[in-house]
This record gives sequence, C-alpha cells and structure tokens, in this order.
Amino acid sequence: MKLPDLTELALRNLRESLLRNSLTTIGISVGVASLVAMLSLGIGLQQLASRRLMKSGLFDTVVVTSRRDLRNFNRDEERSGPAPAESRILDEATRQEIEHLPNVAEAYPDIRFITELRYDDKPHLTTIAALPASAKSNDAFESVQGRFFSSDTAPEAILQKAFAEELLGKTPKPGIDETNVKDLAAPLLGKELTMHYAQRDATANTLSADAGAKNAAGGDASLAGAAYSVVSREQKLKIVGVADLDPESMRGPARARVFLPLKMAESLHVMQPTDLREISRAASDQPVYSSVSVRVKNPSQIQQVEDAVKKMGFNAFSILDASKSIQQFFKVLDVFLGIFGSLALAVAFIGIVNTLVMAILERRREIGIMKAVGASDGDVKKLFFAEAGAMGILGGVAGVALGWAIGQVINAGTNIYLKSQSFPPEHFWSVPWWLVGFALLFSFLVSLAAGLYPAGRAARLDPVQALRYE
Amino acid sequence: MGETLIRAVDGVTLTVRAGEFVALLGSSGSGKSSVLNLIAGLDRPTSGSVVVNERDLAQLSREELSRYRLHTVGMVFQSFNLIASMTLAENVELPMRFAEVDRGKRDSLAQEALARVGLQARMNHRPSELSGGEQQRAALARALINRPKLLLADEPTGNLDSHTGTEIMNLVSEFNQQLGMTVVMVTHERALAERYAQRLIFLADGKLIGDESNSTAAATSRAGRERP
Repeated sequence: MKLPDLTELALRNLRESLLRNSLTTIGISVGVASLVAMLSLGIGLQQLASRRLMKSGLFDTVVVTSRRDLRNFNRDEERSGPAPAESRILDEATRQEIEHLPNVAEAYPDIRFITELRYDDKPHLTTIAALPASAKSNDAFESVQGRFFSSDTAPEAILQKAFAEELLGKTPKPGIDETNVKDLAAPLLGKELTMHYAQRDATANTLSADAGAKNAAGGDASLAGAAYSVVSREQKLKIVGVADLDPESMRGPARARVFLPLKMAESLHVMQPTDLREISRAASDQPVYSSVSVRVKNPSQIQQVEDAVKKMGFNAFSILDASKSIQQFFKVLDVFLGIFGSLALAVAFIGIVNTLVMAILERRREIGIMKAVGASDGDVKKLFFAEAGAMGILGGVAGVALGWAIGQVINAGTNIYLKSQSFPPEHFWSVPWWLVGFALLFSFLVSLAAGLYPAGRAARLDPVQALRYE
Repeated sequence: MGETLIRAVDGVTLTVRAGEFVALLGSSGSGKSSVLNLIAGLDRPTSGSVVVNERDLAQLSREELSRYRLHTVGMVFQSFNLIASMTLAENVELPMRFAEVDRGKRDSLAQEALARVGLQARMNHRPSELSGGEQQRAALARALINRPKLLLADEPTGNLDSHTGTEIMNLVSEFNQQLGMTVVMVTHERALAERYAQRLIFLADGKLIGDESNSTAAATSRAGRERP
C-alpha cells in the first residue's frame, strides 16, 4: 500500500474509535510533556549556572602563578612540568608576554595585600585586592550599592558587605545573614578611609656586606639591583560602593574584602608578601607579581590559553577545571530527569500497546476482509504501524506544546516568587529546538515500538478464522 | 482447545474449467466452504494441491498467496463483509489500494463497477445505510474491481429474500457470461444451483459424492483447471 493511502486509512481508523484513541494520544502527550518539562528544566538550570559563572568573571579567567611560588594551588597536575627552581619569574615582561598570547583579552597583576584601614579612627585589618576596569561587568558588581570606580586611577574603594558591617560595628548574627546592603551602604558611601601600607621603594644600590657575600655565593651580578627600602605610607580612599555578592568566591579564605582600582593600586607599589623572596632574583626596576589573572576573550578558548601559559613554565588554574565537574553533575541530572520524564512515556507505551491490541480484537473481521480481498501481511502490519506512528506524532506535538506551556507556567510562577523575595527574575527554563525535535522523534519511535507487537499479531491473523465469527 | 485434527475436506479431486459456473452443494459441515477457502487461497491444504492457472497454491508463500487473492480471485460472502466505517465507493476501491492503483484511476474504476451493479447513486453511503441486497451488490462490485478471472461466492443469497437473491444471482450469472469469469458458488439450495450453475458438485463429510452437469445453463469452456 502506498504511504498516502496508508496514512489516510490509519487516520480514518483512528477517527473511528475517537475517544479511545484520543485518550491514548493524550497519554502519549502527557508522557512527552513530562519528558520535555524535565529535560528543559535540566537544560535551563545548566544554562542558568553557566550564565552565572560566566558573568561572575571566573569562567573566563586563568590564574597564573610562578611554579616556585608558594601560592600555587598545589594540585597534582601542577607537580608535573618544570621543577620549581627552573620556573620563570612572573614579572611585568612576562605579564605582557602572556597578554600577547592568542585569545587573551587582558592579563593583569593580582595585587593583594593585608594592611590596616582606618575608619572613624578605628583600625581594621583586612585583605585588599585590586580590580581591573573590566570587572565592572562582573556579576558581583551588578547589584552594587553606590557605583563602580570612576576611573582606573581614582583613589576610591568598594567594600564587600561583610567589611561594611565590620566598619559599622554590626556583627552579623549567625543564621541571620540578611542585612540589607542598602542600609549598610547609606552611611558609608562618600566617606573616607585611610589606608596605611608599606611601600616598596626602589633605592640606590648600596649593598651591605651581608648581601654581597650572598651575591658572591650565587654568582649572579644582576642581583645587585634587587635592593629596596620599605616606607610606611598613607592613602586616603573614598568609599564609592558596597557589594552584596562576593566577587572573589573562588579564592576561598584568601578573598579580599576591600577593592581598589588596579592602576591606582599598582602606583602605590605596595610591598607584596612575595617580594621578600623575589628580592634575591628580580631586577629592581621590574615589578614582580605573585600571580597574574588572565582574562580570555571567549570561555571556550580557556583551555588553549591555560595550556599556552603552562608551556611558558607557569602554573595555571581556571574555574574550567571546576566547571568540568559541574558539567558532569548536570549531565547526571539530565539523565535522571530524563529517566523520570520517560516513566510517563513508558506508561504511554503500554497504553498504545493496549489500544492497538483492543483494536485488533475489535477489527478482527475487518482485518479478515482486507486479507480476503488481497491485503498482504505487510499491508496489515504497516496499517497498524501507521496508526501507532500517527498517535505518536500527534501525541508528540501536543506533548511538546504542553511541556512548553508547563515550563512557562512554572517559570512565571517561580519568578513571581523570586520577585516577592526581591530577587531579580531568572530564566531557568529552556526548550531548545533540538529538544523539540528529539521529543517528537522519540515519541514517534516509542509509538512505533509500541506498535511492533500488535502489528505483528494483526498481520498473522488467519483470515478464515477472522471471517468465521460474526 | 485440543489439537484435534478435523478432516474438513478429504480426498476431494475436481477440475473446474475456465469460464465454468460450478455450484458446490452440501449440508452444513460437508466441507464445501473449506473447499472454497482452499481455492480462494485463504487456507492451505495439509496435503494435496490446489492448482490454479498452473500454479500450485499449496506451494506459494504467504506474500504470493495474498497477491493471488488480490489479482486472481474475487470473493463474495453470505454476510457481505463490507467494512462498516467506509463508504461503498471506498469499500469497492479497497482492493485497488492494496494493488497500489493510482487514486484518480481508482475513483473512476470504482464508479464504473458500482454503475455495473446499479449503485452509482449510493456510492457515498455507508453499508449500514443500505439494504442487504444493495450491500451484496456492492460486494460484487468489489469482487470484480481488480478484474479477477475467478469469482468465488460463499452462500451469496443466504441472507437475502428470494427476490433480492434472484437479483444477485442474475448479476453473478452476468459476470460469468459477459465477463467470462469462472464462478464457483457454495450453496445449500439445490434449486438455486440448478437454475444458474452449469455443473453441480455434491459434498458430504468432506468427500465428493456427486458431480453432474446441468443442462439448463450453457457457457463456453476454456483451458485451466482447479483441482482441490
């Protein structure tokens, strides 16, 4: 039988027992809808997480440290490669070299130091970090109270919420961490902080005898320029913003609570903890960095950049390594959601088998007639397949629409809740086209598989037997 | 439920010439319907052979048998066996669907066949809207739609009153005489058989008990045999 004829006959047969076939089709559509709903939830959550990570500025950042630095991340894979002693020094020249690697948007020194800040004449000890101008797009500063730095050299500071609390003498009670940033920011914005710090000052080379002896032992003449003096200085900073989120969550306990513009921080020449060690190697006129943050142009290129940096002889760490396990988590989540979604489709599968087996009993005579007038086993089989397939396609289309609608409703409902909790709305529901195609195909294939047994049974029906019963 | 072997037809040997009108007579259970099903290719003999047009049906595959039913045999039944959900035109063109005839050609052939049995006005009606006689006429139209050489009729008038039965038998006779179709009809009414058939074959308990030619009707004989 030709396909158009087959389709027409199949649809006609479906219309004949409209109620039963509609119910079966609704069963399929509910199954497909639950599959679509589950998978689009998984995909949506994954996209939300990726979006969040991307915006956080962590996803596109590689942290580069020298191998002989203590501050590496001490992971197993870092131990391979050149021995620490052979590793290069992370100075301004190498920073520029890294910045000129392909796919690198910028490479900026990671300036962070612990020092004393005075507010209201009370001292507060904290970690201070410098931020490049590009950090403005960072998710953490999206909801900043006040504003971002007016320029990269402005003597301004952005406080992390916890430090703002400390300045105001509000110790957060454990469990109740819901202090409104707005309330914290109001009395602080525009106020002045005084930062006391140790400046590393390049001085004329007047080596002591002690250093000279060391020099002779090392046999390195360039070390002659590595002397500097440390001067205590003061810098006034204007508080321009208070950030709710923690932009440095990746760094764990080392994270800073006060942020300065990068160029301004660089110009201060603050004594870095690593300076004490690097003194024996670096040339005095070149700043040496404990670590350099490299921002790539596109998160997809992060692996190449990481490899290129490692080839240069440095340690490189990116959140990508961490995100791999996140992606793995979402894969597992998708599989679980898919399995739960498929359960309803499995029930629908049984529904199709049942409907078609009933149809064989009911249409026994009809099958006999068709065979008597010349239908082959194949014709009968194809007819039942076509009926199953048609139910599958109809159910699939309805199911995708239903699943999409369920998703929209849940999305809208959740956003209403988020809004009531004064969170920004989120789009955590995604039905990509490939999912629509996959769901339709899946529903069609499941239906055909369900038709397999009934179609075979109908085809094998003995026409003499079938026609005998009235 | 047991696998008791029933010998519905046992040792029957008969030959039907092309163009003949043969009546199979016997009481119920005599095996006459079984003989018809064997000729129709709906059933296979456990032993022996059924040769139609020099082809042994017992040797054909299921697929070949269905093609044989499609192109060589037209069948009518006591209970008409039209598909209730289809109109007359659709019922009549059903065999052509299986023969993969184009839709346009199908429509005109179906109309032609329905016109031949006088039902062109009812072509869009469903079987349930028609009388028994009209349904059997539609079944006859369906039986001749693929231009088969052989018309098999299983008690075609069994569910009809005598007047309508006569109408149907006239049509069957017409197909035999005008279209040259070989007709094998199963019936238990001897009078009907004597009136239309050229040859009467009597069966009882699956065995052939009589084979007499009937002088009332005359038809041309051609080559070809059926020998269940």
